[in-house]
Amino acid sequence: MKVLVPVKRVIDYNVKARVKADQSGVDLANVKMSMNPFDEIAVEEAVRLKEGKEHHAAGTVTEIVVVSIGVTQAQETIRTALAMGADRGLLIQSDADLEPLAVAKLLKAVVDEEKPDLVLMGKQSIDGDNNAVGQMLAALLDWPQATFASKIVIGDGKATVTREVDGGLQTIASTLPAVVTVDLRLNTPRYASLPNIMKAKKKEIAVKAVADYGVDTAPRLKVLKVTEPPKRSAGIKVADAAELVSKLKSAGVL
Amino acid sequence: MAVLVIADHDGSAVRDTTNKTVTAALALSSDVDVLVVGAGAQAAADAAAKIAGVRTVLLADNAALGHQLAEAVAATVVGLAGGYDAVLSPATTDGKNFMPRIAANLDVAPISDIVEVVSADTFVRPIYAGNALETVQSSDGKKVITVRATAFAAAADGGSAKVESATGAAEGKTAFVSEEMVKSDRPELGAAKIVVSGGRALGSAEEFHAVMDPLADKLGAAVGASRAAVDAGYAPNDYQVGQTGKVVAPALYIAIGISGAIQHLAGMKDSKVIVAINKDADAPIFQVADYGLVADYKTAVPELMAALG
Repeated sequence: MKVLVPVKRVIDYNVKARVKADQSGVDLANVKMSMNPFDEIAVEEAVRLKEGKEHHAAGTVTEIVVVSIGVTQAQETIRTALAMGADRGLLIQSDADLEPLAVAKLLKAVVDEEKPDLVLMGKQSIDGDNNAVGQMLAALLDWPQATFASKIVIGDGKATVTREVDGGLQTIASTLPAVVTVDLRLNTPRYASLPNIMKAKKKEIAVKAVADYGVDTAPRLKVLKVTEPPKRSAGIKVADAAELVSKLKSAGVL
Repeated sequence: MAVLVIADHDGSAVRDTTNKTVTAALALSSDVDVLVVGAGAQAAADAAAKIAGVRTVLLADNAALGHQLAEAVAATVVGLAGGYDAVLSPATTDGKNFMPRIAANLDVAPISDIVEVVSADTFVRPIYAGNALETVQSSDGKKVITVRATAFAAAADGGSAKVESATGAAEGKTAFVSEEMVKSDRPELGAAKIVVSGGRALGSAEEFHAVMDPLADKLGAAVGASRAAVDAGYAPNDYQVGQTGKVVAPALYIAIGISGAIQHLAGMKDSKVIVAINKDADAPIFQVADYGLVADYKTAVPELMAALG
């Protein structure tokens, strides 16, 4: 079966986001950018499905297509996924910061063309923190969704997914085709080896424009401002546990 | 305008995230209805009817709705959404699961995890792991919003709304298989007045529970953990406090052996009083702590237990 993995180029996980002085957004000039960490986990799982690693039967997945929507440099993000083991890539070039609804509509158009059996993707991107695109894509396709996956078993035309939920873990079975969004503990993504990085350079990345898909990507939300959260200042150091307890009692929290 | 709040409940009662979401809804409109979706959830609907300010409680009750699966919940809400200008849910894992699906079905942009209602169309929400706050104005006719419950006060009881039945949707293409819920007599992490959290410094699952559980029991606290501790298998996933885990804002948060990664701070920095116990005096957690104790948890926690009496 074929798997589609959408990936996003975002600020690197280890870089602290800084708000621009004019409150128009977060300053991304000269900031290190990487693949969204949740998307890396999705790519890794797709590759394990193809390799037949762990509990996955070999040959469960025969082709992995990676799609990104973003600036020209998002090709580097796609290239990273190809080096991890994906087969080919698609960039839908856009300089605009598209909202989840627009992204979901574009991805639906890609699914209509590619006809994957499974869409595997990160549960949220670490910039917008919306946690929305996977669920919205499933809705637009009228496919089932299994979000926040910590274990995925493919078989019998179903994805049986263990989900990280408030209170513990829930396991559900969704009929394929389905959208599965992944959480942190699904796997630990690999580092691409040098030979695989070289091989990835020869893999195909198709480049298209948003306009090629004829979907409405007009924004619905207007960002009025982006500000820094109120800062918490460091308090005092206490000498020992007894002093701590007396301070907490006078603060009225014990 | 009228607003529909989707209740977070366990079948017999509503969780306080529902009361907090009602507060956010009342900032949009005085016409607030609550929808209880479930299987055998009459008691939860009766509890929701007692929340002050609620106009009507709708109960969609059938066997397909017992596990809050996204397809059935979304289809139920979309069927009712015509009468409302906004649909709100707490940003629980259930709310995060079904709300974007509802938004896409209604062709509107979801607004995730709001921490402030500026006006009926303008909201504040954290982005970049809480390192920035974004104020957005929605041009959609219908708003679909998840609410970060810790940012709102709980609406008190004292109401007496009527309970009406609503049509629930049938099961979709997803079936419930099983669940493993963490059993605990302690307060829920999201609602606890005191939270004690442990980090990677605790070194093992045995040590984590041996240190954290007695302290939590002594304080009547919930237990949390850093992502590092959860990733290492010392604590269940449900314990994780942070931007991608649970966001908590208790009166007292005690971080033990937690260095204070940005991701973790995003999940607890709105706590009223923060205490950090860490042997590394340079740990970033001390930059947000009201009271810092530079000490090894191995000696500090027993001393703390003794000092608490």
